[in-house]
Amino acid sequence: MGTILTINSLDTVWVLLAAMLVFFMQPGFAMVEAGFTRSKNTANILMKNFVDFMVGTVLFWFIGYSIMHNGDAGFIGKISPFNISFRGDEGIPEEAWLIFQTVFCATAATIVSGGMAERTKFGVYVLISILISAVIYPIEGHWAWGGGWLSKLGFHDFAGSAVVHACGGSIALAGAMILGPRIGKYTKTGKSVAIPGHNLTLGALGVFILWFGWFGFNPGSQLAADGPENATAISHVFVTTNMAAACGGIAAMLLTWFLYKKPSLSLVCNGILAGLVGITAGCDLVSVGGSAVIGMVCGAAMVGAVAFFDKVCHIDDPVGAVSVHGVCGILGTIMTGLFAVDGGLFYGGGWSFFGIECLGILCIVAWSFALGYIIFKVLDKTIGIRVEPRVEEEGLDIYEHGETAYN
Amino acid sequence: MKKIEAIVRKTKFEDVKNALFEADINWFSYTEVHAIGQAREDRIYRGVMYSTDIIPRIEITIICRDQFVKPAVNAILSTARTGEVGDGRIFVSPVDDTWSIRTGEHGDDVLANKK
Repeated sequence: MGTILTINSLDTVWVLLAAMLVFFMQPGFAMVEAGFTRSKNTANILMKNFVDFMVGTVLFWFIGYSIMHNGDAGFIGKISPFNISFRGDEGIPEEAWLIFQTVFCATAATIVSGGMAERTKFGVYVLISILISAVIYPIEGHWAWGGGWLSKLGFHDFAGSAVVHACGGSIALAGAMILGPRIGKYTKTGKSVAIPGHNLTLGALGVFILWFGWFGFNPGSQLAADGPENATAISHVFVTTNMAAACGGIAAMLLTWFLYKKPSLSLVCNGILAGLVGITAGCDLVSVGGSAVIGMVCGAAMVGAVAFFDKVCHIDDPVGAVSVHGVCGILGTIMTGLFAVDGGLFYGGGWSFFGIECLGILCIVAWSFALGYIIFKVLDKTIGIRVEPRVEEEGLDIYEHGETAYN
Repeated sequence: MKKIEAIVRKTKFEDVKNALFEADINWFSYTEVHAIGQAREDRIYRGVMYSTDIIPRIEITIICRDQFVKPAVNAILSTARTGEVGDGRIFVSPVDDTWSIRTGEHGDDVLANKK
């Protein structure tokens, strides 16, 4: 009974409310991904977004949660299947902690579906979703958040620019590379062909939903709301999160206006998300001005990254998952080391914190990309990860699911 | 008896229709068509510029007596023109005969415009 006394009701309500907001990012992702791809694959991409969350919920409860948070070993937590009571009620009940961690895990997994859209076998996707929720995400999550070696070094990733977004973006990159581009994405001479998404209205709604959900993702990661200190902290995180989103969108709008002579809606959507991903690591440590700069840099870098992956590398990423979550997740973590008011390089904190941020993001990206690459390569050589050309041409909805989104 | 086929811009269809009514052409059909020609529409998606030469247009088909051809053509010419590439085309060809399915009548008498 002793532990129960440490539970704070206000903190618990805040964490559960934030968990609801983060959960609501799932339909946000679903709408973005559905809107930015073609109508013949809509049922498939909606299914994948459900699978992420359903599989993530079960697998994270099964072993993911203990791998990530049980004990403070350097590399991996102590595996204890179906055991969620190792942490105790510390401030918030252990089940509030579990559900908050579960929605984050599902977010990492759902990023991958966009980068691999319109050509991946559904069964393979279920398998990779399982492996992300049970292995890839919990282990690197343990390093940074579960008391592992990165957290012991002082690595700071407040809500997951590195742990969630760079991880998901790196796996998406591995998947998109091994899958190859969609049929018709490049001409015989290697020129990129536009494959417009079927509904930018849904895509834009998804971005608004994600922006809304991020007010749980970042401020919720304070994990407490009680007392003046926590109240000040979550209010600050609200402002920096919103500022980076707005500035990311503005940067993308101005840059596309300048580069392509027209302000591009599809890239402004990505720019807002780029700013949000970028601010996630340092939203508690940077000033409001710092968050504006981080948002601007991420929004602009994302526009460049989309063009780079598409036109130079010929990696087909239909929704920009790699550019938004991978590139901006990396940038956001590095810029935390630059802009942190206490310890950041630009504020006279010296090289040590900046170095740890760089080391951390390098290891997390390398881990996620390498494991993703190996898994996809093995699956590709054995069962094959890509659908038949005929299925791809006529749509995954009909052949993979037997039902279509639009009738 | 002639057949007039005109491919016009979607945006000009209402104007053309009203002008045809004023020229006593009050019986015709139309369909949505995709036309390929010199017209181009430049688009950008996610930073990739592309232009499409397959552009939606409306094709109007009019069957009328010979004396209505000139007013009908003039009605279309005066309303469907913007001066830009892609305004469309008009074709006129002879028609051998026409039947009314309801009454079984045929020839010029069947056509709605009685003049």
